[in-house]
Amino acid sequence: MDHPIPVSFIRLIILLPLVGATINFLLGPWLQKNVGKVAINIVGCGAVIAAFAIAVSALVRMLHLVPDDRFMIDYLWPWMHIGGLDLDIAFWLDPLSMIMTLIITGVGGLIHIYSTGYMHDEDSYWRFFGWLNLFTFAMLTLVLGDNLWLMFVGWEGVGLCSFALIGFWYTTLANTTAGNKAFIVNRVGDLAFVMALYALFQGLGAIGHPTLVTREIAKYAPMLAGVHMPYFGWSVVGFSTLLMFIGATGKSAQIPLYVWLPDAMAGPTPVSALIHAATMVTAGIYMVARLNFLFSMAPATMTVIAVIGGLTALFAATIGLAQNDIKKVLAYSTVSQLGYMFAAVGVGAYAAGVFHLMTHAFFKACLFLGSGSVIHAMGGEQDMRKMGGLRHKMPITFITFLAATLAIAGVPPFAGFMSKDEIIWQAYAHGHVFVWLLLLAGAALTVFYMFRQVYMTFFGEFRGTHEQEHHLHESSMSYVLIVLGALSVVGGLGNIPEFIVSWKPFEEFLDPVFSSEVTRHVVESHIRSHSTEAIFALITFSLVVAGWYFADMMYRQQTMDPERFSSIGGGALYDLVLNKYYVDEIYDRAFVQPYLMATRALAWFDLHIIDGVVNFAAVVILFLSWLSGLFDHYVVDGLVNAASIITLDVGNRLRRLQTGSINGYLYGILAAVMLILLVRAVARAG
Amino acid sequence: MGGGITLYHFLVLSLIVFGLGMYCVLSRRNAIGILMGVELILNSANINYLAFNFYGGAKYDGQIFAIFVIMLAAAEAVVGLAVVLAIYQNFRTIDVSATETMSG
Repeated sequence: MDHPIPVSFIRLIILLPLVGATINFLLGPWLQKNVGKVAINIVGCGAVIAAFAIAVSALVRMLHLVPDDRFMIDYLWPWMHIGGLDLDIAFWLDPLSMIMTLIITGVGGLIHIYSTGYMHDEDSYWRFFGWLNLFTFAMLTLVLGDNLWLMFVGWEGVGLCSFALIGFWYTTLANTTAGNKAFIVNRVGDLAFVMALYALFQGLGAIGHPTLVTREIAKYAPMLAGVHMPYFGWSVVGFSTLLMFIGATGKSAQIPLYVWLPDAMAGPTPVSALIHAATMVTAGIYMVARLNFLFSMAPATMTVIAVIGGLTALFAATIGLAQNDIKKVLAYSTVSQLGYMFAAVGVGAYAAGVFHLMTHAFFKACLFLGSGSVIHAMGGEQDMRKMGGLRHKMPITFITFLAATLAIAGVPPFAGFMSKDEIIWQAYAHGHVFVWLLLLAGAALTVFYMFRQVYMTFFGEFRGTHEQEHHLHESSMSYVLIVLGALSVVGGLGNIPEFIVSWKPFEEFLDPVFSSEVTRHVVESHIRSHSTEAIFALITFSLVVAGWYFADMMYRQQTMDPERFSSIGGGALYDLVLNKYYVDEIYDRAFVQPYLMATRALAWFDLHIIDGVVNFAAVVILFLSWLSGLFDHYVVDGLVNAASIITLDVGNRLRRLQTGSINGYLYGILAAVMLILLVRAVARAG
Repeated sequence: MGGGITLYHFLVLSLIVFGLGMYCVLSRRNAIGILMGVELILNSANINYLAFNFYGGAKYDGQIFAIFVIMLAAAEAVVGLAVVLAIYQNFRTIDVSATETMSG
């Protein structure tokens, strides 16, 4: 890690999507009009696929290296060197960012390809692919940046692209509002993130190593133990990691800042799949895993992360139970699954968290794209109550959707079982029994709401209009679904639970990233008994089966009336869940309305007090200038005019002397001479 | 010197010529008439030069001055007549009372 291998191909992975975005934004309208949408496809998808190819070759190269040497750096140019802050534009490829890069370019590439079909009738097709490419660029910058500021540039960049793509169909007010909400909620987290960077930089400065370069922070982090902030006596590590986690709750949609993600479903479905399920929302988990050496030093922060993750996993799952919008269910499911990932990194199972991140990218992208196909076939209808029986008309979508559902439900041997079961087990093994219970309950609910969705959408009788039924068709992009469905099935084989086989290539691959001494200590679990692990897997699985059983009874066989549960407590509980615990309303009352009131009060203050003072000053100055004008007009101008008037008058009088008559002049001369002579004569006589 | 003609006779003659010249200058309206009056005044001065030279005992000083004055008068006549011609060009007359356009 101290001597990364200098390479020069990482820049290509990042710059290709940027080039794609530039071409699409600048030449897109022209290309689309004169060459056709094929040109946009070639640029937009080609850039990402090429980046994926380079990433794969990088993986091959990396696998040929000794595990401890799997660190590559691509140094481009110096960025800013201010005081003690030395930042360069440099990209850092290690096993962790390798996996993220493969997910972003691989799953992202598939979603790009899917979009060519999904967005085919869109007028501003080029704009969509421009933003999609720019998003890929920003996300890769976030992942590959070798210092935290560069990471923050990507962090903000993906937020911008997310905002633009949520409001892609900006002619509808609800979409732009959703975009604004995502952007504003994320700002709250981003502020915390920047403050964390500041605190960290200050702390590292206090021990004589001011830096924001990630690998250098890793080197000096152990020296930060026991270093306190100059104010309030907080520990630098504890304070900055907590703030970073707050930043992560914004980007990765955790309690309390998750509210934007369900609204983000206003964007086109491929966007939901790419940004709001597979990649961007995992930035928070990536950040915690990337800075594992810092977080591992802050046990309090770790506990907060684990508990918040567990709470979010359960909380979002309960909301998902009652949603009727096909994408809303998946949105809350995403929030819930992100909770699992945070719980994993929170208890110290970094590899398990990153692994779930990867498998989740596969099956959640598959679910979203499958739902996209359904929405497309239904002519834009998103309400599951109006669907049903679609498995006959859309067999490929159905099978892939089912595979992904089994994966997210955690049914062995699907990918989700390998990753989610591991997280639930690790929570218990690290002694977080409370988190374990939360995750366990969440797992049962996940199965329920996912199978409820499958049964409502694909089973039973069609409940939509006759016209919709006639229009039903299989998606033209179903081969993308097949690839993602296959990945949902086999994607978990890299990390099979230990009690089955002890072959764990994924964890071993990531091991160098989590190799710092303090991290090793945290990763080490208390319980290593394989039989205990097997028993716990059985407990989880029995709850999964129970969840499926209820869903099956209620929505497939319909022998059990959902009313029996929704009417508990006079329906109040159901209303609470259906309305998402009124969190949006509470936030509206607690933050948005007071803020608006404050802005109105300030506007009034501005209009009446500040403007009043300014206007009064203006009036005073007007009066003074009027006085000054009078003085100028009557005194200064008066003197000047008087001088000119006198001169004019004298001149007027004197000009009569010049008669122009030569005789007159001569008489004058004669008279003057005679006068002089006379005077002289008189004077001499006198 | 015979005939009892003294310096005073010359001076009186000179004064008379000067007075005539002065009168001519003041009373003429014709520009050429005025120039002629000026010639008379200059010649009255010449009479004085010669008279003072003759009676004052100087050798040729007066005569030389008189020659200078004649030369000067010639030059003055050239300039004066050129001015008169210019006035005639502009006003179609050489009556100086018609050229009072410079009056203030």
